[in-house]
Amino acid sequence: MSKVDYEIYKLQKRVTNGGMNRREFIKAATAMGFVATAPALYSHAAHATPKKGGTYRVGFGGANTGDMLDPADNGDTFMINMNMGGCRNALVEVNANGQAVPELAESLEPSADAKTWVVKLRQGIEFHSGKTFDADDAIASLEHHRGEDSTSDAKSVANSLGNIRKDGQNTLVFELESGNADFPYLLSDYHLLMGSADGSGKVDWASGDGTGSFVVKSFEPGVRAHMVRNPNYFKSGCANFDEVKMTAINDAAARMNAMATGQVDAIVRCDLKTAPMLEKKSGVSVIQVSGTKHFTYPMDVRQAPFNDNNVRMALKHGIDREAFVNTVLRGYGSLGNDHPISSNQNYHAGDLPQRQYDVDKAKWYLKQAGLTGLDVEIAAADAAFNGAVDATQLYSEAAKAAGINIKVNRVSPDGYWNNVWMKVPWSACYWSGRPTADWMFTIGYKAGGNWTDSYWDHARFEELLVAGRAELDEAKRNEIYVEMQTIVSNEGGVVVPCFANNVDAASDALGRPAKLAGNWELDGSRSIERWWFK
Amino acid sequence: MNWASRFGVFVVSAFGFCAIFAPWLAPYGQSQVVGDVWEPLFGEFIFGTDQIGRDMLSMLIYGARNMIALALLTTACAFGLGSLLGFLAATMRGWVDQVLSRFVDIVISIPTLIFALIVLSSTGTSVLALVTVIAIIYAMPVYRIARAVAMDIEVMEFVEAARLRGEGLWWIMRKEILPNALTPLAAEFGLRFCFVFLLISGLSFLGLGLQPPLADWGAMVRGNADGIAWGYMHPLVPATCIALLTIGINLIVDSAVQKASGLRDDQ
Amino acid sequence: MQNSLLRLVLRRLALGVLTLIAISLLITVGVEALSGDVCTAMMGQMASEDKVAACHRALNLDRPVHLRYIEWLVNFAQGDMGKALTNHREVVDVIGNRIGNTFFLAIASALIAIPISLALGIVAALYRNSLFDRSISMITLSGVSVPDFFIAYILMAIFAVSFGIFPAISNVDDTMALSERIVASALPVLTLTLAVSAHMMRMTRASIVSLMASPYIEMAKLKGVKPGRIIVFHALPNAWSPIIQVIMLNLAWLVVGVVIVEVVFVYPGLGALMIDAVFLRDMPIVRATAMIFASVYVILNLLADILSMASNPRLMHPK
Repeated sequence: MSKVDYEIYKLQKRVTNGGMNRREFIKAATAMGFVATAPALYSHAAHATPKKGGTYRVGFGGANTGDMLDPADNGDTFMINMNMGGCRNALVEVNANGQAVPELAESLEPSADAKTWVVKLRQGIEFHSGKTFDADDAIASLEHHRGEDSTSDAKSVANSLGNIRKDGQNTLVFELESGNADFPYLLSDYHLLMGSADGSGKVDWASGDGTGSFVVKSFEPGVRAHMVRNPNYFKSGCANFDEVKMTAINDAAARMNAMATGQVDAIVRCDLKTAPMLEKKSGVSVIQVSGTKHFTYPMDVRQAPFNDNNVRMALKHGIDREAFVNTVLRGYGSLGNDHPISSNQNYHAGDLPQRQYDVDKAKWYLKQAGLTGLDVEIAAADAAFNGAVDATQLYSEAAKAAGINIKVNRVSPDGYWNNVWMKVPWSACYWSGRPTADWMFTIGYKAGGNWTDSYWDHARFEELLVAGRAELDEAKRNEIYVEMQTIVSNEGGVVVPCFANNVDAASDALGRPAKLAGNWELDGSRSIERWWFK
Repeated sequence: MNWASRFGVFVVSAFGFCAIFAPWLAPYGQSQVVGDVWEPLFGEFIFGTDQIGRDMLSMLIYGARNMIALALLTTACAFGLGSLLGFLAATMRGWVDQVLSRFVDIVISIPTLIFALIVLSSTGTSVLALVTVIAIIYAMPVYRIARAVAMDIEVMEFVEAARLRGEGLWWIMRKEILPNALTPLAAEFGLRFCFVFLLISGLSFLGLGLQPPLADWGAMVRGNADGIAWGYMHPLVPATCIALLTIGINLIVDSAVQKASGLRDDQ
Repeated sequence: MQNSLLRLVLRRLALGVLTLIAISLLITVGVEALSGDVCTAMMGQMASEDKVAACHRALNLDRPVHLRYIEWLVNFAQGDMGKALTNHREVVDVIGNRIGNTFFLAIASALIAIPISLALGIVAALYRNSLFDRSISMITLSGVSVPDFFIAYILMAIFAVSFGIFPAISNVDDTMALSERIVASALPVLTLTLAVSAHMMRMTRASIVSLMASPYIEMAKLKGVKPGRIIVFHALPNAWSPIIQVIMLNLAWLVVGVVIVEVVFVYPGLGALMIDAVFLRDMPIVRATAMIFASVYVILNLLADILSMASNPRLMHPK
């Protein structure tokens, strides 16, 4: 490949990765002398049509020998990809633009107050076992997560679905306790997948029987899974591979090596330290898509010194966000503004000034709190997020300049969420984020919530949360969520230094849609059904 | 002293010197972020910077201080405990031997990392806890070897003679068994010393290890190890330090063994 | 003599059973003492009181720990290892898949490492203080002082990434032919060989050297026996005890201690399984793997003691 060819190839790569639009591409290509051919080159990169065939081999992190096919327990990438993107479907899916669109549902109609939702199901969809999907399956699959005996990770989401009843074999009616304009997003939760119910309204999850693009052939938890194409899949242009072989590779360096040596066609979660080097390798693309994943440092605002908002503001100004993104994320991310709504989400407060590393302001806030210096302890383990101990150490170094002495207490990653997070006054934490502002604020910031890790309670915020949920007027909704973000940023108990991009890698032999979903890694955890071999 | 042991003494004292005078020798603090991530070797920073931009040279120097002390202390404890119990079992035999040996069987058959994980998760990773846990873990194999060696010696004529003379247990262990068991034990000591580094770096694989901001060589290898497949030679620097120190200690041990066993250098 | 040896073996095997019970008790107490249980561990960040309570009911965990332990012990004695608490798979199946892999790795590494290190140790003792001795010593010391995961990464960088001779990950499965399996596990075997050889080689050398000043060796020298003969026929027989111990310790480590190598090479063995199970507080799997490891250790240990005795007749006939 000549140098110019190589440059064009790189540009095309960026288009395919979704990092460049048509105008940018043509501008760049024209600058290189490809005046006449530039538009054609673009369309070549962007409009590759899916072809059938091939065995898709993917390396995943986040696998465990205790994994199971019951989606109630799924929490990490191996199982989410296998279940949601592979053998099963939900009623609603999130598309590449972050919108909730019907999947096994056909349509979702709200009442005027958004309290009652009528969901029509697609007809004639078959499970791998041959059984036809209907309202009974949907109800059994959703009820699985509810009730006193549920241990599902989606228990609170499922409980918020209100009363579920069927209206004929192909229609569900949801009667919510209060209006929720974001209701379709709730049904897109990766736990709320559809399985086939037996006569007693129970689903045998372990069989892996679903409506999904691939049929489970074998599954060895924490090791591997093998699936073959579902010939009757209902989506067109999907389920392109003949077979899918998923391999659990929890060690990040091993995953990178497997990708570099071509033992797999794609990997999830690149090791950020070495991702720039993998990017240089020909035949492999590093794909980054910005999503909702963010790292946080929640403080218990009921306890001194965090009960003083001045101290919280001092600490928010004492972290060097730029350095955080550049060092911990190697640039694969964006600055956080101490609230959990990312810039690619609806209702993001774009006009809220970006909080900077500001030693003087930090000192000023300390003074307001009546302090000249501050000694605080923070607990961190790499269980919180990858590189958390290093990252927190970096925070501690930066804060020193403002007279804030942060002692990093490295704790055991074993049982971190049980022993440390929300138990000690200040710790490191990770949120994968939620597709809507309402959902994220409800789960992580609502007063008295199970996971409100700052134990924060703010009257105005609570008021807005209820108002925003049922508001169907977009402009008013936007206003409400912007105000909420401002309140959380200026008065909340959580430091949000950054949003981390989803960074995966894939062989260039793979074809991908021009725009990739950012809600999860690997095209919204759906590369298995959406991608193909060129 | 031959050239090898001289080299050993030189290496060990050089590291010792670094350890003692670390604050004066190191150009930066051990946790200070001074540059970009993975600045190249032999550039502005002689050994480059690590995965979050700290000066590798400074970390190595402070690491020498933290690690040599830790490794010496734990190895000494492990050997004291292990060989004492091993000799005791070999000389007393009977139920003492059985109880000790079976106990050691139990502890040793729990994978080291799991043992450390279970204990350190409850106690926290303070230096005291680390020393105790590693010393206990490494006392077990030392016990096995000490017992095996002592068993062989215990049946020798001179031990029997001492027993007939009416010498006490302690006297026999100290005067008859210890000197004769020293060679294999010393060889073991030299190796076990570097195993401490290995265990600590293994612990950092599980997310345990020394508390920050203390620099340690094992964690330095671990933190930078993923770069090696991509041409970043940074992890080789702390690895080389561990290897050099191990070689140094072992060369000294070898020559001491040589002397103790009464062999002349020229055979 | 036959009788006394048989008695010893029987007594040790009986004691071995006691050891196994003790270890199951100890590991149960140890893991129970860790905060949290299988329910909180599985739910992680998303745990909440009502869910944990429901999970306890579902898994029968609301009964006291000693009752659960005794129940397990009774079942285990009858050959029923129970089901995993996490995904309810039969423990026999979970472990059955991996036990062969673990032993394959351990045996393959041992078959390479033991002869090499014995031979090198003997040659080093023979030409002690020579350039050969020094360089072997330096090389093995450098090898042993590098953490196993780092050796693994270096081997991966050289053999997989740069030259592409061996695969970077060794996810062996049951359908593989032996030759495929050997290629797939080449790098982990090589890593483990490097990790254990130095230890065995140095102990061989040290044990032989420690005897070289003994009167009977001097005697043999004075008689004009060749140095090689002296070492193999006069020194080695008396040096076996510590060498056997070190070989045994390393063999045990090859079965029990390869957790990190398994994780790095994605090799489905027992060590990684046990770590996962401890993190998840999946007691049936923790106990079952602990039992396997302990049995391996008890048997190796017994073997080592018998071999030590066989090599030293005085031990065989204690007065």
